[in-house]
Amino acid sequence: MSETELIVEPGRQDIVMSRVFNADRATVFAALTDAEALSQWWGALDGGTNVERHDPRPGGTWRFVNRDKDGNEYAFQGVFHDVVPDERIVQTMEFLGMPGHVLLETATLEEVEGGTRYTSVSVFQSVEDRDGMVAAGMEHGARADMEKLAELVEKKG
Amino acid sequence: MADDELSLTFAALADPTRRAILARLAQGEATVNELAEPFAISVQAVSKHLKVLERAGLISRGRDAQWRPCRLERAPLQTASEWIERYRHVQRARMDRLDQVIQNIAGSRRQEKGQDNERD
Repeated sequence: MSETELIVEPGRQDIVMSRVFNADRATVFAALTDAEALSQWWGALDGGTNVERHDPRPGGTWRFVNRDKDGNEYAFQGVFHDVVPDERIVQTMEFLGMPGHVLLETATLEEVEGGTRYTSVSVFQSVEDRDGMVAAGMEHGARADMEKLAELVEKKG
Repeated sequence: MADDELSLTFAALADPTRRAILARLAQGEATVNELAEPFAISVQAVSKHLKVLERAGLISRGRDAQWRPCRLERAPLQTASEWIERYRHVQRARMDRLDQVIQNIAGSRRQEKGQDNERD
C-alpha cells in the first residue's frame, strides 16, 4: 500500500498531503465527489459522516456533520470554486467549531506509475489557524480511536 | 494570544529569521554578535528575536554578562514534532479509508465492464 506523505512544517500556514492510489483518475475523482463514498471515508468517527449537502461544481456548497456517541456534533462547510472532472477540486472549508477561520484547499489528480497521485494543498489564514485546526483534528481523531477501541473490547466481551 | 507552551513554540517558529537562528544553534553555541553576522539586520533586532526564542524555551543563555552564549534547547521542538505526528496519524487513517473506498469503486466498475462484455 502506498504511503501518505504529509508536510506540516512549523511556522508555516499550509499543510500538503499526497498519496498514490492504485486506480485511474476517474475512479479517484468519483470517491472524492460521490456523497455516498465521501460519507464512508471522510469522517474519523465510527458513525461516519452525514453528507447534508454536496454540490461539487463552481459556486456549489457543501456541509458535512459528524456526530459522536455522546451526541456531540462536528460540522464542516464550504464552497466549491473550481471543479474540473478527473483533474482538480478547489474549495473552501470551515470547521464550525472555529467559525470564521476558513482554509482554501486545492486537490489535484495526476496519472503516475502505479495509478493516480492525489495531492491536497491547504492554505490557512494564519499560522495560528493552521495549528488550531491540527489541534482540533487531533482531538477529533483521538476520540474516534477511543471509540473504535471500545467497540472492539465490547465485541470480545 | 494563548501562552501555553505549544503556542509559544509555534509562534516563535513562525518567523524565518528565528528559524535560521535555531538552525545555526543546532551546530553549536554562539554569541549574539556571531548570530547577527549572516543577517542584514541589527544586533538589537537579533536580540529581540533571541528574547522570543528564550521565552518559548527554545534557547537558553549563559549567565556571564559579557559573553552570554546562546544554546539550542531541543525539548520544545520535540513536543511540537510529536504533536504534529498525531495529526499525521489521523490523516493517514483517513487516506487508508479513502483507498478502501476507491478500491471498492474500481472493483464494481470492473464488474460492470465484465457484464457489458458478456452482453456483446
